[in-house]
Amino acid sequence: MTPAVHPSPLAKRASRESGVTRWLLIGTALVFLTVFLFLPLAFVFVTGLKKGLAVYLAAIVEPDALAAIRLTLLTAAIAVPLNLVFGVAAAWAIAKFSFPGKSVLITLIDLPFAVSPVIAGLIYVLIFGLQGWFGAWLGDHDMKIIFAVPGIVLATVFVTFPFVARELIPLMQAQGTEQEEAATVLGARGWQTFWRITLPNVKWGLLYGVILCNARAMGEFGAVSVVSGHIRGLTNTLPLHVEILYNEYQFAAAFACASLLALLALVTLALKFGVEYRARETRHTVQEIFE
Amino acid sequence: MRVGSIAVSGHAEASMADRDFMIARAFDAEGAAILYPRKATRRRRSVLPGFGLSLGFTIVYLSLIVLIPLSAAFIKTATLTWPAFVDIVTAPRVVASYRLTFGASFGAAAINTVFGLLVAWVLVRYRFPGRRLADALVDLPFALPTAVAGIALTGLFAANGWIGSLLDPLGIKVAFTPLGVLVALTFIGLPFVVRTVQPVLEELPRELEEAAATLGASRWSIFRRVIFPIVLPALITGFALAFARAIGEYGSVIFIAGNMPMVSEITPLVIITKLEQYDYNGATAVAVVMLVVSFVLLLAINALQAWTRRRQGAQA
Repeated sequence: MTPAVHPSPLAKRASRESGVTRWLLIGTALVFLTVFLFLPLAFVFVTGLKKGLAVYLAAIVEPDALAAIRLTLLTAAIAVPLNLVFGVAAAWAIAKFSFPGKSVLITLIDLPFAVSPVIAGLIYVLIFGLQGWFGAWLGDHDMKIIFAVPGIVLATVFVTFPFVARELIPLMQAQGTEQEEAATVLGARGWQTFWRITLPNVKWGLLYGVILCNARAMGEFGAVSVVSGHIRGLTNTLPLHVEILYNEYQFAAAFACASLLALLALVTLALKFGVEYRARETRHTVQEIFE
Repeated sequence: MRVGSIAVSGHAEASMADRDFMIARAFDAEGAAILYPRKATRRRRSVLPGFGLSLGFTIVYLSLIVLIPLSAAFIKTATLTWPAFVDIVTAPRVVASYRLTFGASFGAAAINTVFGLLVAWVLVRYRFPGRRLADALVDLPFALPTAVAGIALTGLFAANGWIGSLLDPLGIKVAFTPLGVLVALTFIGLPFVVRTVQPVLEELPRELEEAAATLGASRWSIFRRVIFPIVLPALITGFALAFARAIGEYGSVIFIAGNMPMVSEITPLVIITKLEQYDYNGATAVAVVMLVVSFVLLLAINALQAWTRRRQGAQA
């Protein structure tokens, strides 16, 4: 870690800021973070609890709110596993094999992050909406995708599509194929190699991707808003429920429900922090073993 | 969008055959050439299973969820004649929305570039109480649902809000004006610059600065001539990521914007408004314009990230 040559104390001092500059920089940064991050977060909880705990709880256990929470959980419970399986498959193909067009494939996987959530909703309306490609057929068979739960799930799958794959691809590329090749040569079957070698190696990256994917799945607003139809108790997710309450000037209730989502965000950040910490620890241990 | 991706190490592609080759060459260059004659050109068959299954699934799933639905927007627009398309996407109200969306996104990304560099610097270089909390909180805009951010920022910056009531006497109105759009987009883009610049600053060798200081450079000229050129690629990448995210943003903006046509209406809202009026052609035409811009940005960001990685690699 420490370089062999120690610089003179003079050089060290000259390459650092004076105390005044230092505290001025820290102060400015903290003011910026306070205004844009801390205050909005605090505002959600303060406004949600302003009218007392009873009002807060009533807003959350109200039937429409509960239905919204259920739909949000259901959507995430479908979208996250789907994109998890995809992420693992994509990372396996991309990181463990070489084939032409690989970099194009990686770029295509990133596409949903570049697309506005509103457009993510729009494209499914164009396909499954009343006037869309399959609109007439769906109508004939009495099936509904747009303005119904399947549309919400589809739009959510789209916007959370790259999360797990993006975490796993660079991680698995960096780990190479030697361990898996050794296992295969020693007679392990494909799934055995995957469960015993690959998965333990990438578990923190995988968890990290799942956490981010889940947060986005539960919090998505724009895409879901386009395909939902905003039917209370039926096609409202929690973020949409917050919007409706807010537009009806039920601010205390809106912020009470919003505080649940803010809590989810805080749990996400805490888990993310924990996973990053563990991943760093593991990496250090691995480095120590090899050095 | 996750930033600060893990640098791919050099041996990612190296398999056992590569290693055997290198070992053989190390001992006997000519012998290696004889043993591994077509090493450079031959495509190796991997011993690992599951290539067909995993790649097949990846391509099918990618096509079903992303590629075919996205193509629907282009196919739908292709049914319009060119003049009809141009009419829709250059209507005054739509053009006004581009100006706001791209202008505010650019402004927000610029604010985030300046403050993002400052925040990254402070987090990497200084130790102060609350540093780890501040570091963890930087990712909040990734984790907080946009609708929640939207109503919180609106409440804060409304004329009677915690911050709005301080600005109101100065004659500054934020909520329900284009300035509100700028605030929401600044929030949304905040993590990008910090998280792209942070790892570069962490790996910046202190000896460089010490050498410059020993040679008599002032602190400011060290920053300008030594540090800034090194973080510049990351800074530009962060700017582009924040900008790309901001132009598509919807949830956090619509609450605070006021949504007045020609004044404070963003392009994603124009798409939604057209959709609610069952103007599918109009909505899709505007969406195609946005999509093309987004794709170009995505390619530019990929190129930028490759550049950043090369610069970092050259440094290490």
